[in-house]
Amino acid sequence: MSAEREAIIRVENFTAAYDGEVVLENVNFEVFTGEIFSILGSSGSGKSTLLKHMIGLYKPAAGRILIEGHDVAAAQGEERRQILRTFGVMYQSGALFGSMTLLENVSLPLEEFTDLPPDAIRLIALLKLKQVGLETSGDLMPAELSGGMQKRGAIARAMALDPRVLFLDELSAGLDPVTSAELDELVLSLSRSLKITFVVVTHELPSIFTIADRVIMLDKQVKGIVAMGKPQELRDHSDNLGVRQFFLRQAPGRT
Amino acid sequence: MKNNPSIAPVRLRPGAVRDGEVTINIEGRLDSNTTGKIWRQATETVTNAKARRVIIDASQVDYCDGSGIALFVHLRALQHKIGGQLEITGLRPEFQVLLEESELGDLEQWESRGRPKTNLAEDVGRAVVGFWEDTQRLIIFIGELVSGLGRAAIDPKSVRWRDVVLVAETAGVNALPIVTLVSFLMGVIMAFQGAISLRRFGADVFVANLVGLAMLRELGPLMTAIILAGRSGSAFAAELGTMKVREEIDALKTMGLDPVRFLVVTRVIAAVVMTPLLTVFADLLGLIGGAVVMRSFGIPVVTFYHQVQYQVTYGSLVGGLVKSFVFGILVAAIGCVRGLQTTTGASAVGESTTRAVVSGIILIVVTDGIFSVVYYYLNV
Repeated sequence: MSAEREAIIRVENFTAAYDGEVVLENVNFEVFTGEIFSILGSSGSGKSTLLKHMIGLYKPAAGRILIEGHDVAAAQGEERRQILRTFGVMYQSGALFGSMTLLENVSLPLEEFTDLPPDAIRLIALLKLKQVGLETSGDLMPAELSGGMQKRGAIARAMALDPRVLFLDELSAGLDPVTSAELDELVLSLSRSLKITFVVVTHELPSIFTIADRVIMLDKQVKGIVAMGKPQELRDHSDNLGVRQFFLRQAPGRT
Repeated sequence: MKNNPSIAPVRLRPGAVRDGEVTINIEGRLDSNTTGKIWRQATETVTNAKARRVIIDASQVDYCDGSGIALFVHLRALQHKIGGQLEITGLRPEFQVLLEESELGDLEQWESRGRPKTNLAEDVGRAVVGFWEDTQRLIIFIGELVSGLGRAAIDPKSVRWRDVVLVAETAGVNALPIVTLVSFLMGVIMAFQGAISLRRFGADVFVANLVGLAMLRELGPLMTAIILAGRSGSAFAAELGTMKVREEIDALKTMGLDPVRFLVVTRVIAAVVMTPLLTVFADLLGLIGGAVVMRSFGIPVVTFYHQVQYQVTYGSLVGGLVKSFVFGILVAAIGCVRGLQTTTGASAVGESTTRAVVSGIILIVVTDGIFSVVYYYLNV
């Protein structure tokens, strides 16, 4: 983890609501530069809601979310475009554009946001694909890729503009243990070599213990954070039964 | 980031070639915004120098991300191509790590094949095979549909009537406004165009014959069917297509429920009931449109009414309704079959929707032609 604990993302008094129904209430936390930060919680606890607000898809009902000091939801026009460039997002299903090849998918942000010549874009896109181990699959269409390859391709596309933060939604959901372990390795190596800050939404325990520096856990009843800290400490020392059950994979009601 | 002052400009200063060796100074920030500015210059410098050994002094590079690394990899590939060397000195360790991880190796020469190209013969062959397979699938589907409808007739309780009513509402009742507009205007336009010509012979009363016959025999059923194809045929295809993509159709199958019986039969029944009703409505609105125009030409509504009554037989009305009944089956069935044929991917649903409307309209027009011939021989 980075020596200086400098916050790259700040979530301040954040409240999320759909149609007046509050999902998360008064949430506060920080993500430090260079760390792998994980958002945990059972289904319906608001993980995806939180993530979608962090990347500026929705406006908070109250409070604000700052990325490198900029309020992403309030920004408009060119300022918003600049903020959006500082981070990349991998969506749950990959969300690679089905009408383009993998290489074209990765090239797209470079073509749209930079004035690099075409051979430069091609080379950068290839290097990104190499980083995720897909350098020989550039000509394939997303439909021809397996689930794990699609997710890796989506990470390559998210990294195209060298973002400082990568948001990964459900990194290993629906993948076999070997592939998800590979993805964990990928995240660790990207974090080490590129110093990218990661925000990972997941509920895969092995993945959490392998990659996460710090986690927060959300809860449906509390409508907010029930635990924050290092995953091992939470598992062994949390005073919240629900949190320990989550980490020990126990059904509620058993002790 | 044109207006952002925090970004140091990037600069490239080539040195002179001496003993087949050249030093190039790069300083500033190499990121996806700035690298493009020196990419060409760097490429030209290295290409033109034709030096055995190129040294890039990167000690003044403040920041270097993937784009900068790509530039170095690119320059190194250029040098390798002419059998020379490229050395990068002074790059900060954190960026050096990136560079070392970015060995493309054989991929330097990797050329994207792009989309596979096809030739005319292949296209024609594929089209023919596709047409044949499509016909086969349609025949199978017709068999399934008939057996599904037969079962529904034998055992009406097996049909999900709640779904039928829902589809009837969205496909039928909700189509009333557009059917009203289209058929009323059809009547108005026909009457108006007819009246201008017939008036010169003092025969404008016969506009009633024109409007009455054309609407009831031809345009009422045809326009209603085309509206149905555009509104509901496409909706059926999109709905079933999305269900296919989301594996809901597979879920039905594994639950032992036949998608044709479960999804298609309800839609076809609803369409078959609603299309003739809509057609009657369209006929009536067309006649009203005609009557309104004729009224403005000085022919009373009563005269128009009697003229229609004497000249337009029940045969024309029933003939039109029989057609609309068949159109209803065709449009609903083709919409459903295109939906069930949906492949995967985001564009697949759009494709099936288009195919549903196109096939629907083709079927309507062709069937209408067949009906004309049959009616001619039957003297309807």
